[in-house]
Amino acid sequence: MSEETNQQLYQKRIPIYPRSVKGRFRTLKTGVLVLAYLVFFLLPWVRWERLNAPDQAVLYDLPGRHFYIFSLTIQVQDIFWLAGVLIIFAILLFFVTGLAGRIWCGYFCFQTLWTDLFMMIEHWVQGERPARMRLDKAPWDREKLIKKGGTYALWLLVAFWSGLTFTMYWVDAPTLVIEFLTGRAPYAAYFTTLFLTLTTFVMAGLAREQVCTYMCPYARFQSAMFDHDTLIISYDSARGEGSKGRAKLGKGIKTREERQAQNVGDCIDCGYCVQVCPVGIDIRNGLQYQCISCALCIDACDAIMDNMKWPRGLIAYTSENALNGRKTTLLKPKTIGYGVILTAATGILIWSVLTSAPYTAMVEQIRQPLYTRLSDGGIRNSYEVKLNNKLTVPMTVAVRIEGLPGATLDMDGMERLELAPQQRIKLLARVQLPPRQDDDHEGRERREHDGEREKVNFIIEVLEGAKTAPIQRQVPFYLPEGD
Amino acid sequence: MSDNTVNAQQKSGAVQTTGHAWDGDLQEYNNPLPRWWLWSFYGTVVFSVLYWLIYPSWPVGDSWLKGMSTVNYTVTDKATGKEQAQEYRWNTRSQLLEDLGTAAGDQQRKAMLAKVQAASYEQIVKDPQMMEFVRSVGKGLFGDNCAACHGRGGQGVVGMYPNLTDDDWLWGGSMDKIHETLVNGRKGFMPAFGAVLKPEQLDDVAEYVLTLSNEVPASAAAERGKEIFQGQVGGCYYCHGANGKGLASQGAANLTDKIWAIADVSAQKTPQDKKTVVKDFVTKGVNNTRVMPAWQDRLSPIDIKLLAVYVHQLGGAK
Repeated sequence: MSEETNQQLYQKRIPIYPRSVKGRFRTLKTGVLVLAYLVFFLLPWVRWERLNAPDQAVLYDLPGRHFYIFSLTIQVQDIFWLAGVLIIFAILLFFVTGLAGRIWCGYFCFQTLWTDLFMMIEHWVQGERPARMRLDKAPWDREKLIKKGGTYALWLLVAFWSGLTFTMYWVDAPTLVIEFLTGRAPYAAYFTTLFLTLTTFVMAGLAREQVCTYMCPYARFQSAMFDHDTLIISYDSARGEGSKGRAKLGKGIKTREERQAQNVGDCIDCGYCVQVCPVGIDIRNGLQYQCISCALCIDACDAIMDNMKWPRGLIAYTSENALNGRKTTLLKPKTIGYGVILTAATGILIWSVLTSAPYTAMVEQIRQPLYTRLSDGGIRNSYEVKLNNKLTVPMTVAVRIEGLPGATLDMDGMERLELAPQQRIKLLARVQLPPRQDDDHEGRERREHDGEREKVNFIIEVLEGAKTAPIQRQVPFYLPEGD
Repeated sequence: MSDNTVNAQQKSGAVQTTGHAWDGDLQEYNNPLPRWWLWSFYGTVVFSVLYWLIYPSWPVGDSWLKGMSTVNYTVTDKATGKEQAQEYRWNTRSQLLEDLGTAAGDQQRKAMLAKVQAASYEQIVKDPQMMEFVRSVGKGLFGDNCAACHGRGGQGVVGMYPNLTDDDWLWGGSMDKIHETLVNGRKGFMPAFGAVLKPEQLDDVAEYVLTLSNEVPASAAAERGKEIFQGQVGGCYYCHGANGKGLASQGAANLTDKIWAIADVSAQKTPQDKKTVVKDFVTKGVNNTRVMPAWQDRLSPIDIKLLAVYVHQLGGAK
C-alpha cells in the first residue's frame, strides 16, 4: 500500500553531465552547428540594394506586408507560398525520418544545436564531467559562485543575442540594435527579444533533454514513421554480450581472443557511451524513445575500440533488419512515395515562384450605373483598373482595349503610366462605344431585342522595367435595352 | 468504524493533520496549497491593486475611480477644420482616438489631403495618386451628401435629379462651373407654356423638339413647331438658343443631343408617346422643382474641392 502511495506523478529530473567526445560524428555535428549559426546570426546583417525598399537581404516586413528574400519580394497575395514551404518541410521530415531516422533531431534541430552550444560553454567554464559533478555537490563557495555565475552569464548573453537576432529578421538590423540599446525600439521588439532570451535560456540551459522527452510532439510521432529498414543507432548486442554477457577487462579476459574463447562479449563495460549521452540513456538497452540519434555514443565506442585495436562498429548506424541479419532495403514504396511527393511539391513551388508575374492587373466594372448614354447617343461603361508593381524597380505600364469594334478607351492620359517600385494604384477607365450608324427612329424600331451585354478585353502590358507577357482581362460591356 | 483511523497517506507521512482531534478520533487533514500556486495568487492580488489605480475601475458613490493613466489625442473641429490637442483619462474610446490619430494610414491620409489642398485642378487630374485619393475620399463624401438625390453612382433620376455621369451639363461641366454649382446651388426654371400656347401649338413644338435629336422624322407639324420655337410666339430660343443647343448660363437643356433629363423620351417606344411626354413637360414647365442646395455653409472648402473633382471625373472629365 505504501508502495502505491509513494509513486509520484512528477519525476524529478536526474541531472545529466555529458562527457565530451571526439570523433567523426562529433566533427560533423560541430560542422552543422557552425554552418547553421553562421547563417542564422549573420544573415540579418547581409545588405541587398533595393530601390524604394529596405536594403536588408532577408527581411520580413509585417507592417509593410512584404517579405524580402534577396531578389525575391513576396507580397500578401503570394503568401500561399509559405504554405508550400511548410508542406515541403513536413514531407522532407517524413522522407528523411523514414530513410534515416531521427537525423533532424540529432543534427539540425535548434533545441539540439543550442543545447550543444550551452554544453560547450558549460564545459569550457566548469570543466569535464567529473569536475562538473564535483562542483554541483560542492558547497556554495567562491569558486562555485564564479563558475556557476559565469556559465549562467554566458548562457544569458548567448540567449539574448539569439533572441535579438531573431528580432532582426523583422526590422532593419542595424537600426534595431541601436534603438534597442538606446531604449527607443518598439515594444514588440523588446517583448520578442525578452521572450526568446528567456525561452532559449530555459530550454537550452535548464530543460535540455526534457524538451525532447516531454515537450516535443515530433519526437513521439516519429516512431510511427520508423520501420525495420530505418537507420537507427544500435548496439550490436550479439557481438557485445557474447553468450556470457559484457564484462570489464580483467585477468584472463584482456585480449579479444581470450574473451571470445570464454564467450565474453566485446563490450568492456567502460560506460563511455552512457557518459557522453546528452539525454542520459544507455544505448545498450536497445532503441529508446528518448534517443535523439546524435551518434555521440558511436564516437565514444569507436574511440574505445580503436584503443583496444578491435574493429569498430559495436555501436553503429544500422537497421533492425541488418541487426537480425536481413537485408536493408532503402527503396521501399513508402520512401519512394515520400520522395515523389517531395519532388513534386518542390517543383510546383519553384515553378510558381519563377513564373509569378512581376505585376498584377485587375479590371472591375463600375456597376453603378452600369452604362451611361452620352449626348451623341454613344454608350459609356466605366471600369476600375488596379495595377500593382510587385518589383523593387519602376516599370512603365500601358493599358489598351480590344474586342469591341469602334470602342475607345479614355483614362485621362493615364493609359500609359510609370509605376514606382511596389506601387499599387487604382485608375478609372472609361470605354466609349460610338452611336450606331442606324441610330435613328427607324433603326431603333428594327432592334426590338432586350439589353445586350458584350465583352471588352483590357490588355495591360509592361513596356519598360520587366519582361513579361501582357495580362488580358475580359470584362462585360453593358448596353441599354434595344441598343 | 474500522480501526484504521489513520489512512495510507498518513502512514507514509505524505499528508499531515492539523493536530486537533475531536470526539476522540476526528482529525483534520492539513493540505497546504502548493507554494507556486500561493505565490501566483499573491502576485495577482498585488497586480489587481495596481490595476485599480492605473485604470478606471471601481464605482465610488455616484462616481468611480478614474485611474491615473491618460491619453493624448487630437480632435478636429468640424466647422473650422482646426486640430486641437486634448488630454483625457484612459478609456477604450480615448485610446482608439489616439490610435486613429497616430496610425500610419491616418498620417498618409492627412499628407494626401494637404497635397490635394495645395494643388490646382489641372495638377490634380494629371496625378494618378491624387486622383486615386480623390476617388476614394470623394466616394464617401458623395455618398454622405449627394447620393440621396443623385444616386450612389451619380446616375440621378430622370425627371427629378440630373445624371452626373453623362457628358451633358445643364450649368456647365468644367471643374470651375461644378465648383460654382456646389458652392451656390442652382435653381432650374422654365415657364409653363400651357397658358401661353394652344394645344395644337404645343403638339407642333413637341414634334419639332423631337426632330432636333432625330427622334422622329421631319414633318409639316415640325415645321410649324419650328416657327413657334424660333419666333416670338413661343420664344423658346431665348434660353434654348436658335439651334436648340441650350444656354448653360440659363441652365437650359441642349435639345439636340440624346440625353433627356426631365421628359423621359428615351424610355418611350412609340413616336406618339414621346410626343406626349415632351408636350406634358412644355405645358407644365419647371418651377421650384429642380433645386440644388448651396453647400458652402455645410461642407468645408476642401470637401467642396474634392467633390468638384470627383463629380467632374464622374461625368467624363471633359
